[in-house]
Amino acid sequence: MLFKDTALVYGRCLRQSLRSGVALFFGVLTPLLYLFFFGPLLTGLPLGGQGSSWQVLVPGLLLQLALFGALFAGFSIILEKAQGVVERMRVTPVSRLALLLGRVLRDTTVLLFQAVLLVLAALAMGLRAPLGGILVGFGFVALLAVALASLSYALGLTVATPQEFAPLVNGVAMPSMLLSGLMLPMSLAPAWLDALSHVVPLRYLVDAVRDAYAGSYTSPHMLRGLLVAVGFAVLAVTVGTRVFRRAGA
Amino acid sequence: MAAVISAAGLARTFRTKRGPVQAVRGIDLTVHEGEILGFLGPNGAGKTTTLRMLTTLLAPTGGTATVAGCDLVTDPVGVRRACGCVAQSGGVDGQITVREELVTQGRLYRLTKAEAVERARELAQDLGLDGLLDRRTAALSGGQRRRLDIAMALTHRPRVLFLDEPTTGLDPGSRADLWDLVRRLRDEHGTTVFLTTHYLDEADALADRLVVVDHGVVVAEGTPSALKREHAGSADASLQDAFLAITGRRPAPADAAPVAI
Repeated sequence: MLFKDTALVYGRCLRQSLRSGVALFFGVLTPLLYLFFFGPLLTGLPLGGQGSSWQVLVPGLLLQLALFGALFAGFSIILEKAQGVVERMRVTPVSRLALLLGRVLRDTTVLLFQAVLLVLAALAMGLRAPLGGILVGFGFVALLAVALASLSYALGLTVATPQEFAPLVNGVAMPSMLLSGLMLPMSLAPAWLDALSHVVPLRYLVDAVRDAYAGSYTSPHMLRGLLVAVGFAVLAVTVGTRVFRRAGA
Repeated sequence: MAAVISAAGLARTFRTKRGPVQAVRGIDLTVHEGEILGFLGPNGAGKTTTLRMLTTLLAPTGGTATVAGCDLVTDPVGVRRACGCVAQSGGVDGQITVREELVTQGRLYRLTKAEAVERARELAQDLGLDGLLDRRTAALSGGQRRRLDIAMALTHRPRVLFLDEPTTGLDPGSRADLWDLVRRLRDEHGTTVFLTTHYLDEADALADRLVVVDHGVVVAEGTPSALKREHAGSADASLQDAFLAITGRRPAPADAAPVAI
């Protein structure tokens, strides 16, 4: 039942995304701009990582894509609530969890599609990385997308207006981006900043994907990144489930 | 007649920053099978909150209720199977076609793909939406939109249909059509209809029995003529007079300046 219901909600949501067209590409615009206009600045700089500057920057941009794309996913449910669509579905016997998972999987699909576009553009700009590492990178994008989209939908279902939603999400997104070393590795940072960045879960994912792009799949970074990503996703889906199950939400 | 909805002391308190708000203090209510019940009350009386509890959208903080024999709290899925609900705002996506919304709704009620397609066709025919199946819902008129909302709620042939202010914003012709539709549902399928409205002529014309709530409790109930006799002095009085006498509210003076323009 859960599987069928999830497939049903997923199908409806994906058709909505496909119908709007622009939405499929909108999220990838910012990372592409960074790739084209910021990436070339780094090619000659000593970033301290293994391999080229593209192997450092592209993992960051991939996670930036997932960070912003998934964090704002819940915006759509505020509009659907106002249209009455959410309650209309909640009075049917459909699984509450499916109402969350169908949406989260739709966002994950769209973000993976955008991630592929971004990597293709990066290859054209000069990125060279092992195929395995690129696939591992997509795996982390998917995990982060599932986690953040779940939290975002939970928030979207809880708040009454878009005006409450946006500042909260921005308040999470910007510090996460700056403190996780998305743009430049935290190994360049002074000790206090590096220490502070370890509080941000995203930091561990960034380190893991950078290692994957450099071809090292068994490093401590990879293990820690994987643990944090999976743990965070489990926690976030649990929170999302609780909110979607609560009758009054 | 058997009771299809019964509530005892049903209550909901919201916790807010400024302390608890008792939206519904304790509703006792019985609705019989095949009855059209008008649920009336001033704005803020607790009508929508009660309706949301009876349709499992909101958990009660006190009291109990059953719908079609299923308890709201212990068997919400049973309640959902037995009832259809049309919210004030409706519940369709403007960019999606009438057909896709109807088919999706059928699938949400666990019909197979083929059954859902067939049911969508049937409902469209029954509710006068035949020619509109491939139209986006945003392109429907107000009356057509309302019929679609009701078609969606009828997908699984529910025993109880909840309608929250179903004719608000409709032109007189569409309102009359909707009244006919509600009567037909009851006559042909024995559907119990629980409707809230602010239009007292609608309540008078359509409902077999009225329940008036105010400040979160039931303050009067009976047939429209009984309420008029009891509260407005005569069966020929208007329901408006009876309603104002029951709720103790007077209409605003005609010359009062509007609060905002």
